[in-house]
Amino acid sequence: MRHIISLLVENEAGALSRISGLFSARGYNIDSLTVASTEDPTLSRMTIVSVGSDRIIEQITKQLNKLVDVVKLQDFTEGNYIEREMMFIKVKAQSEPQRAEVHRLSGIFRARVVDVSETTFCIELTGSGDKLDAYINALQENDVIEVVRSGSMGILRGEKALTL
Amino acid sequence: MELSGSEIIIQFLKDEGVKHLFGYPGGAVLHIYDALHNQDDVEHILVRHEQGATHAADGYARATGKPGVCLVTSGPGATNAVTGIATAYLDSIPLVVLTGQVPSHAIGSDAFQEVDAVGVTRACVKHNFLVKDLNKLAETLKKAFFVATSGRPGPVVVDIPKDITAPHIKIPYAYPKTVNMRSYNPNVKGHPRQIKRAVELLLSAKRPMIYSGGGVIMSEASDELRQFVRKLGYPITQTLMGLGAFPGTDPQFIGMLGMHGTYESNMAMHDCDVLIAIGARFDDRITGVTSKFCPYAQVIHIDIDPASISKTINADIPIVGDVKAVLQAMNKLLDKPKLPIDKAALDNWWKKIRSWQSQNSYGYENKSGLIQPQAAVEELYKVTGGDAYITSDVGQHQMFAAQFYPFDEPRRWINSGGLGTMGFGLPAAMGVKHAFPDKDVACITGEGSIQMCIQELTTCLQYDTPVKIINLNNRYLGMVRQWQEFFYEKRYSHVNMDAQPDFVKLAEAYGHVGIRVEDPKDLHDAMKQAFALKDKTVFLDIITNREANVYPMISSGKAHNEMDISPMQQKIQTAMKAKGEAI
Repeated sequence: MRHIISLLVENEAGALSRISGLFSARGYNIDSLTVASTEDPTLSRMTIVSVGSDRIIEQITKQLNKLVDVVKLQDFTEGNYIEREMMFIKVKAQSEPQRAEVHRLSGIFRARVVDVSETTFCIELTGSGDKLDAYINALQENDVIEVVRSGSMGILRGEKALTL
Repeated sequence: MELSGSEIIIQFLKDEGVKHLFGYPGGAVLHIYDALHNQDDVEHILVRHEQGATHAADGYARATGKPGVCLVTSGPGATNAVTGIATAYLDSIPLVVLTGQVPSHAIGSDAFQEVDAVGVTRACVKHNFLVKDLNKLAETLKKAFFVATSGRPGPVVVDIPKDITAPHIKIPYAYPKTVNMRSYNPNVKGHPRQIKRAVELLLSAKRPMIYSGGGVIMSEASDELRQFVRKLGYPITQTLMGLGAFPGTDPQFIGMLGMHGTYESNMAMHDCDVLIAIGARFDDRITGVTSKFCPYAQVIHIDIDPASISKTINADIPIVGDVKAVLQAMNKLLDKPKLPIDKAALDNWWKKIRSWQSQNSYGYENKSGLIQPQAAVEELYKVTGGDAYITSDVGQHQMFAAQFYPFDEPRRWINSGGLGTMGFGLPAAMGVKHAFPDKDVACITGEGSIQMCIQELTTCLQYDTPVKIINLNNRYLGMVRQWQEFFYEKRYSHVNMDAQPDFVKLAEAYGHVGIRVEDPKDLHDAMKQAFALKDKTVFLDIITNREANVYPMISSGKAHNEMDISPMQQKIQTAMKAKGEAI
């Protein structure tokens, strides 16, 4: 099953390699990993998406918790949370019908064109991973030049928060 | 007090109560070595290879319970230490390894003797640090000792760039008495309700089994374990790492379990209905194939590391906590038990266990006119009165040591159980001898293992740490040969050690005493002589039966009740099976 795990990590050199190293050393699956600093400069916030049996996911969370750099951790999967991923996608937009089609699709998916050239569009799209997949699938395969995805990030709904 | 980085390191070690520092100098640690000069609070032991430093510190830690401390230089100094660090990691031994690093400005430039020590050791340390700021040096060292020794212990590396230790830059120093780490708070207590549930389940057992491991020794819970086992009157088995926590000669102890454990303990594991694992981690050498592990048992598991619980074997009642604290709580509950123990069921259970025991699964044939390795260990036990510190290397001799030298006290049996590091025994023995100069320390080894760290014989001479080397010399890499005999139709591929040094002369060349024993009749006297030479390191080169095998054995993929027993015992086993004794 797919799990989304959110972590607060000491903002120190080597913390990221400890976490990614744990996944490779123990053969755990890692679908995506995002990391950036938070409002507290000593902390980084990380979101990891992993797929595994309950037993594996339990081990992953326990092993992550064991790392000295991990301050707090929560598996969001069971609870109520918001998940988003962002994507840039560069597509061919050479002919008028091609441009019109991309515009039409962007309207449906609420994507935004953020850059244009004579032959290309660059589109920005935010949503669940499924939505991003659907958008890519809706395009002609040959029209896609480049895809950049951020990986998922998540936050709990309501008053609950993953803070210190 | 204004001190340089180097002086801070030495002053800190003094303040932390470190008496012994095992190390090897080099460019990146020159400043630190200068600060070590002309002080005698911290004794530095100059090993002959950094692997020896880590194993010696490790042996010291296992024997004393205090952290072992090493100091090595950058680059090859750090990489040579890696095997010893990994050895400590797999057995959860508290070690603090200080590695020199090239100056901060040169990091990343492929400088002379530069290696990313933090990166290289990341996978085999509990935690590691790179010191980037002199002002944080003392605090970082304190954190290193705290992390290494608390919770589930383990090795910690502190990588110190040379400029941090520069003699001319001085800052105020005060020993940091406490440490605060928001991300690291090991749980020690154990949940009271879980403890209560566990005790109730234990009391209701018909065929109970106590399985304890190295965690008991780690948490100094030997006394608590003894009380616990005696209160209950249940059988106990111990892992290779746990030997000595409960006395090896006590009738309630039914032998080690696992791949080369006794028949009775493995059969009892298989048939038990309640299993309590105490400071043990269900290693694959213990469980055999996990799908057939303890098929009838409800499992209670006490461990300070939550990640150990339900990792390989599902725990019905998990208790995260320090073994000592949890056993104290359990003993208290057992003083006023809510349920009576089912005495009749327990009697039946013991009867069954004694019947398995009557097979004498460690039995071996001692006739051939050759020295049997088992007999050599038994002789060592007799001569030392069972009271020596025994280190071992890795292989058949290690198993023979575990089988034939019963330990009545914790911290006496010192071996690399998890990583299985050949070369561990001699430097570890040296480390033990530094901690206990008046005690007998023997290293049970083989001609393969001993040659992996034999250079430390020099260190034994230099620092006058006389140890006894019991070399069970079978001219083979015995354990590999045994597997090749069993599973590769005796194709003995590259295990022949016929070409070997004359160990007697070698010992003499190192300034020690060498004695060769080839005749079983001479074994006792040679052993006596070795231990009579109190102030000498003695290398006993014992020429043993080449093809002796370690029995009994659970092969890979087999269950506890599918042990192979020695050919001598096979007839008995056939009879057993016919009667259908095993469930």
